[in-house]
Amino acid sequence: MNKPLIDIRNLSKHFDRGRHKIRAVDDVSLSIEAGEIVGLVGESGSGKSTLGRTLLGLDRKTAGEIFYKGSKLPTVYRAKDFHRYARSMQMIFQDPYSSLNPRMTAGEIIGEALRLHSDLNKSDIAKRIEEWLVKVGLNIDHLGRYPHEFSGGQRQRIGIARALILEPDFVVCDEPISALDVSVQAQIVDLLGELKRSLGLTLLFIAHDLSMVRYVSDRMAVMYLGSLVEIGRSDRVFFDPKHPYTELLIGSNPEPDPNQERSRQKVQSIGEIPSQLDIPAGCRFANRCPHAMAVCHDVNPVLRIVSHEDDERLVACHLYE
Amino acid sequence: MALLEVSDLHVEFSVQGGSVQAVRGASFSVNEGETLAIVGESGCGKTVSVQSVMGLIQTPPGRITRGTAKLRGQDILGGQAADGREIRGTDIAMIFQDPMSSLNPTMTVGAQIAEPLIVHRGYSHRQAMRRAQELLEMTLIPDAASRIKEYPFEFSGGMLQRSMIAMAIACEPSVLIADEPTTALDVTIQSQILDLLVDLQRTNNMAIILITHDLGVVARMANDVAVMYAGEVVERGAVDDIFYRSAHPYTVGLKSAMPTNRRGAVQKLTPIEGAPPDLFDAPPGCGYYTRCPYAMEVCEATPPIVFDVDRAHQSRCWLHHKDCPQQVTQIYRP
Repeated sequence: MNKPLIDIRNLSKHFDRGRHKIRAVDDVSLSIEAGEIVGLVGESGSGKSTLGRTLLGLDRKTAGEIFYKGSKLPTVYRAKDFHRYARSMQMIFQDPYSSLNPRMTAGEIIGEALRLHSDLNKSDIAKRIEEWLVKVGLNIDHLGRYPHEFSGGQRQRIGIARALILEPDFVVCDEPISALDVSVQAQIVDLLGELKRSLGLTLLFIAHDLSMVRYVSDRMAVMYLGSLVEIGRSDRVFFDPKHPYTELLIGSNPEPDPNQERSRQKVQSIGEIPSQLDIPAGCRFANRCPHAMAVCHDVNPVLRIVSHEDDERLVACHLYE
Repeated sequence: MALLEVSDLHVEFSVQGGSVQAVRGASFSVNEGETLAIVGESGCGKTVSVQSVMGLIQTPPGRITRGTAKLRGQDILGGQAADGREIRGTDIAMIFQDPMSSLNPTMTVGAQIAEPLIVHRGYSHRQAMRRAQELLEMTLIPDAASRIKEYPFEFSGGMLQRSMIAMAIACEPSVLIADEPTTALDVTIQSQILDLLVDLQRTNNMAIILITHDLGVVARMANDVAVMYAGEVVERGAVDDIFYRSAHPYTVGLKSAMPTNRRGAVQKLTPIEGAPPDLFDAPPGCGYYTRCPYAMEVCEATPPIVFDVDRAHQSRCWLHHKDCPQQVTQIYRP
């Protein structure tokens, strides 16, 4: 088996809120192979974004280890660490409105990383910026314009160019299409796919749109209240979910097909995701789970392999023990 | 006769140096006990259309320049019946996308639900609060008796949307307008809210106008669909017409830009290239001309008229003209 590009082991990120502790990410392990797209899904408040940010050192981890190409990433990122890893790992943000500096032109935004992290001279940088503008589907005229002059889709293209201009190996895409219209979502997904192939990128694709995640990613990881409950090949997870939470998520996903919707089985959906301040003992999903047993309220299930075939499926559920 | 019938609605907003033609010809209708979905991208005029019907357009800068809206045959455009009676909140009620910012943070949830009953129905405070509790129970909020005394910040997003629904149905409206009611919610909560709307519709025989950009929600909820683009309704019909017999290039484009989940089917998403036109300087011809893969010469300068594709299925596209030489297999023609 290949050595994973990213190997996350028992990662936790807790936030202190006064006397309370928010366990946003709790003991998460996940490895991502080079060239793979892993989709990370879950409801808001499940800790998806925090996992992505902690992975890149934007939030300081509370516990656990992250390995990049076999070498351990620092716990606390100092300026030189960011400098060192900026060429390898980057992030594309959700909101194309607030993630671009309104006082910088598109050209300045896209070129900033090259100015900071490369020894190219000015004219080479300018050439690269122009290349990337075209690569992401913008044109040279856009160079001197400010973010407010662009549409949401165009801004996301700028965000993509900014993240990829250093040609990193690994990119965390945090809900890159959620703020966009349907017709534009497909444009951005297409662009990401194209760039992934030409640059050999590895992506962690965070989203809550299950159909899109299935379409985009090779493997899917399902997160609930700070921990991963199921990991497997996207298609398999989608059509044959094992964890009751995955089943609930996929059963709630409306299909753009009236016949399919008419024959839909009504899913039993109980309650809402509990607060992270108040994480239940035992399985986190037990109080919403239609199959909950006595053991579920006491013992927290861990991820274990439930099927092999060509799909190594990991599920954290007592039903499969 | 349809319960609510909106015809040929035009709305513009004056801005510095001219006006934005936000709605440039919207016709739609909804029957008692049924759901009409209005779909389209942001900025296509979905929200402005229903706000005009409700009288929620601020004038100036907004102005309804043409069109009618009839509830049971009576003109109500702008939110008032001919006899001056207010229809807003009584005959037609509305829920919004963002429940947190649509509720008053300084009033208890119960008092806000009770308010329309006191204002429109002349209930006493006590009667209204009792009814508010019943309404919260109807929208399946657990522990309603204590919940009515709480403030919006104490509620989750799903609970707030349930409270909004409770408030909207307080006066038993015949039409409920739901403007992206589940867009801000997670998919599991969305599912619960949609189920709730269907249940309430069955008990009250209420008509629902559902504004959304999510074709999945449309497929699940709608009897009829109106597809809007650049301020116009470009296709109208029963939900099966829209999905299985799409007759407008934009509808076809939207469908192929969205992933579907059929087992074993390999799908390639086809994005719609380009962006919608700027309605400050609306194009002279078809609004979809620059993005349409089937565009013809006529489309650039001559705005298409509405063609009857089938019974109760209309498309605003020149491809349906009887003399149109071009046959496009993706576009339904009976």
